[in-house]
Amino acid sequence: MRHTLLFTLRRALLLREISSLIMLLVVILVFFALSPLFLSRENVGVVLEIIPELGIVALGVTMLMIAGEFDLSVGSLFAFCPIMISLFVSEGIHPILSIVLALLLSLLLGGLNGFVTLYFGIPSFITTLGTMLIWRGAVLLISGGWPPPFSSALPTAFLVGRMGIFRASILWFAGITVLLWFVLERTDFGNWMFATGGNQVAARAMGIDTGKVKLANFMLCSLLAGFAGVIQSFRLETTLPSMGGGLEMEAIAATVIGGTALSGGVGTVIGTVIGSFLIRIIDNGLVMARAPSYWFRVFIGIATILAVILNTFVRERARKMRC
Amino acid sequence: MERKNLVEMVNIHKWFSGVCALRGVDFSVGYGEVVGLVGDNGAGKSTLIKILSGVYPPDEGKIYFEGKECHFSSPREARMLGIETIYQEAAMVPKMSVMRNIFMGRELARFRVGPLAYLDIPRMEEESMKALERVDLRLRSPHAPVDELSGGQRQGVAIARAMYFKSKLVILDEPTNNLSVKESERVLEFIRELKKQGISSIFISHNLYHVYPVADRIVVLSHGEKIGDFRKEETSVEEITKLMVLP
Repeated sequence: MRHTLLFTLRRALLLREISSLIMLLVVILVFFALSPLFLSRENVGVVLEIIPELGIVALGVTMLMIAGEFDLSVGSLFAFCPIMISLFVSEGIHPILSIVLALLLSLLLGGLNGFVTLYFGIPSFITTLGTMLIWRGAVLLISGGWPPPFSSALPTAFLVGRMGIFRASILWFAGITVLLWFVLERTDFGNWMFATGGNQVAARAMGIDTGKVKLANFMLCSLLAGFAGVIQSFRLETTLPSMGGGLEMEAIAATVIGGTALSGGVGTVIGTVIGSFLIRIIDNGLVMARAPSYWFRVFIGIATILAVILNTFVRERARKMRC
Repeated sequence: MERKNLVEMVNIHKWFSGVCALRGVDFSVGYGEVVGLVGDNGAGKSTLIKILSGVYPPDEGKIYFEGKECHFSSPREARMLGIETIYQEAAMVPKMSVMRNIFMGRELARFRVGPLAYLDIPRMEEESMKALERVDLRLRSPHAPVDELSGGQRQGVAIARAMYFKSKLVILDEPTNNLSVKESERVLEFIRELKKQGISSIFISHNLYHVYPVADRIVVLSHGEKIGDFRKEETSVEEITKLMVLP
């Protein structure tokens, strides 16, 4: 009996997501103790409304990071994609076609990140630092610094329509999570991603086209960033040129908190979902506890470092456990 | 060319930016034969093997595999013909499970949806355990990450993989490097197992004492030239050592 219990405990501690999950539970308990309203129906609704926007971006960043690359441009694309929708609509293009075109453009810009990185063999950190500045600049140039008029003809309901305390965006987030989990854990492509990020030389030697794997993930990451931007813009019914500023850092933090390795080859989709929840709950909980909102960044910083330390420490211990 | 050898490399030359790495080397491997390829660092062992495994083409010379002339333009082509090369650090992805490593790039699928194949995990579990048993490697679970295995066990997994995918020739690049005596002994066992299954192998090492016990034939390279090619019963460790240390 004791034997199996220990074995189960060891397996649980070896889960990549374990430290983020523990931190999430602790944070929820602390905020609930500070303010009982934290777990009220209304507040849970508020949190679930804002989580998908970060979560969807972070999922793309996670997939790309597992394949061994980095994307800093997600925050800028997050604004660029909805701005393009406004631009297309104001040019008289059909609203649905405008959405499709803007998403295709995001996909293409992700392809550009990938192409520049892979063709010239430069670090994706550099490529996407560059494109981060370029797309943000483009957003400011196009908008002139002011939010463009938001067309009432845009079909917002399918992305952010209300359903009780939820919005439709949480379903999109759930759907994308399941889909990406499936691709990563249950398909040959997922295996190629782990191999590419884990040991590119070995992956190539076994005939895996690592360039193709990375390119596909660059494109996926940008598509999801653009898509999440559309969700936020539809929820707020405006497109602020500043939206998504700093989002790349939050997305990387959510990814790393969830147990994905910066060096690639290791990571999970579920961990990133937990990481995204953790970040948005800290954000919201501090407000509920009436703490000055400036504390938000401090806590996210602490959570990120703590999660990685915990992860390393817990795994080391669990490995040495005898059972 | 008559089909008496699996591999026949004839008069192979290779230059790297004006430096001659290989100078008219003839090299052959018979069916089910274990060939030890020895020589000091820089003797041309890796260059010869990289030409045979499709990493780069020879500048001169011909390669015959199963009697047919071959021009490999990539390692993938060589692998498709049944030439599997096991490089030390390039063979495995440490953080991935044994099962995922064995089937990396050649996953078993239950069905395909567009560009994706749905993995048949139960079958991959079963097949990977079977493959490991064939080299007498007993692991608790096919889901153990490779970085929890010892160096010798990793070589075992790589060899099990080569066997499973019906390779005809397995090339082992310094498989006993950095291994303890006991672990090296296990690797030699794996190579004997390959021979039992009728699979030819090339065992590259700068350590003659590792090669000698398992090799049927020993080829010595020095400064890009073949300076010795002996059947084991016609030679001795002393003779080859003398040859290797000659300037």
